[in-house]
Amino acid sequence: MDMLIKLLRTNARISDSELAVMLGTTEEEVRSRIKELEDKGIIKGYSTVFDEEFVSRDYVRAIIELKVTPKAQVGYDEIAKEIAQYSEVESVYLVSGGYDLSVMLRCHSLKEVSDYVAQRLATIDGVVSTTTHFFLQKYKESGIMLIDEDEDERVMQ
Amino acid sequence: MDYSKILSKKAEGLKPSGIRKYFDIAAKMDNVISLGVGEPDFRTPWAVRREAIKTLERGKTIYTANPGLMSLRKVISEYTEEKTGVKYDPDGEIIVTVGGSEAIDLTVRAIVEPGDEVIIPEPSFVCYKPIVELTGGVPVIIETREEDMFRLRAEDLKNAITDKTKLLILPYPNNPTGAVMPKKELSEIAEVLENTNIMILTDEIYSELTYGHKHFSVISLPGMKERCIYVNGFSKTFAMTGWRLGYMCGPREILKHALKIHQFGIMSSPTVSQYAAIEALKSCSEDVENMRAEYDMRRRLLVDGFNKLGLRCFEPEGAFYVFPCVSSTGLSSDEFCEKLLYSKKVAVVPGTAFGDCGEGYIRVSYAYSRKHLLTALEKIGEFIEEIRTGK
Repeated sequence: MDMLIKLLRTNARISDSELAVMLGTTEEEVRSRIKELEDKGIIKGYSTVFDEEFVSRDYVRAIIELKVTPKAQVGYDEIAKEIAQYSEVESVYLVSGGYDLSVMLRCHSLKEVSDYVAQRLATIDGVVSTTTHFFLQKYKESGIMLIDEDEDERVMQ
Repeated sequence: MDYSKILSKKAEGLKPSGIRKYFDIAAKMDNVISLGVGEPDFRTPWAVRREAIKTLERGKTIYTANPGLMSLRKVISEYTEEKTGVKYDPDGEIIVTVGGSEAIDLTVRAIVEPGDEVIIPEPSFVCYKPIVELTGGVPVIIETREEDMFRLRAEDLKNAITDKTKLLILPYPNNPTGAVMPKKELSEIAEVLENTNIMILTDEIYSELTYGHKHFSVISLPGMKERCIYVNGFSKTFAMTGWRLGYMCGPREILKHALKIHQFGIMSSPTVSQYAAIEALKSCSEDVENMRAEYDMRRRLLVDGFNKLGLRCFEPEGAFYVFPCVSSTGLSSDEFCEKLLYSKKVAVVPGTAFGDCGEGYIRVSYAYSRKHLLTALEKIGEFIEEIRTGK
């Protein structure tokens, strides 16, 4: 994989100068490459990985598995796009296997999640069934470990 | 008991490693930011660890053949041929050892007689000199210089050779300098040794960690296979230091005798490690490439960082150390390291731990996360600022 993309993937805040040093190139080159990636739509956005416990204790996250009947001509796209409109929805994926759409939600309470699923998702034309999984613990996200690493026990050699 | 009368003069006479002192001080302090280790911060690739677990589950816990599992020797033979173009017969030309260190020890013990001279370029890893001294051999040091990119010059080698010279140790890619020996320089060395009876111990434990250029081995040069004992291992390449596994390849006539020393002293290398190592050689090239890419970025960060601090830093092309020059601070290597440790709790190793010619330099390991390295650089920056402003 492109090293620049690899570096930005886990830390989008590394300065252009630091990126330039690590990649053995110039700051100008780094800037123009990032701009190119943004212009081409390869970089879609930048986000921050939080320890949610500190940021927002009152959030609940869940993954909803949806079984869907695909529509003629548009397949799964229409339903997926409709679901993606909601602000509570963090991501929507079409997946292979036992169900079709994987929807990640972030709401303020369990009640809000259940209301959303019951009232918004289940009622969409073509949705056959839903299965809701609540997040209990996050260990790793976007390539970043969220649990404490072991202490460095190496000795000087 | 009067132990002074019991101890062997040779053991007593060995100087402890120069790294030890800093380790002892650092061990007594809290929250030390160490840049002193000589092993990867990565974990052994999971495929290798899983293979070890499977091996244990199958109860494969007995000794292996003295030179190592034949299946492992076969894979080592193929891997070495792929990397160097040189083929070693798994039956007689390869011994699996307890780390590269044992391979170095076996080579020296199989070859060196009391009074024989062994040429060692310095700065270099701490074990060569003591191992030579234990056999009664005479270490002949060649000091390499920053202006020569810490490479061994053919001219210096020529001048160091006497009729007692038996062995040349070639420690490249080099710990602590990060220097490499390219094909051209190796050819010049080979030329000097032509028509002599001098062997080479080529310690290539860092062969897979080179940056910018692929590693070139001296054994790949025409006619050099018969002159070389090729030492490599799993510790650095596959982040397997604690598994204690390395290997030596070389002429059957020498390995036959080295094997006896291995047999009497060690019996056979750790069995579980040997099975796991097969997996490492077969399926972990992508893990190695990822580690190498990460080391490369850290290397650039540190070289740039030290140069910006006004500590001239030679650009290393191998291993995972940088070797900046600290003489502009007016401090000796030892003073620099001690003061840095006490005032900023940052531990680095003085260049002098790797030979007298390391004076004026420090060894900084980048087997640490980038975040850790940047924090350490910041502290070193503060330290240098304090020296310059006379605080």
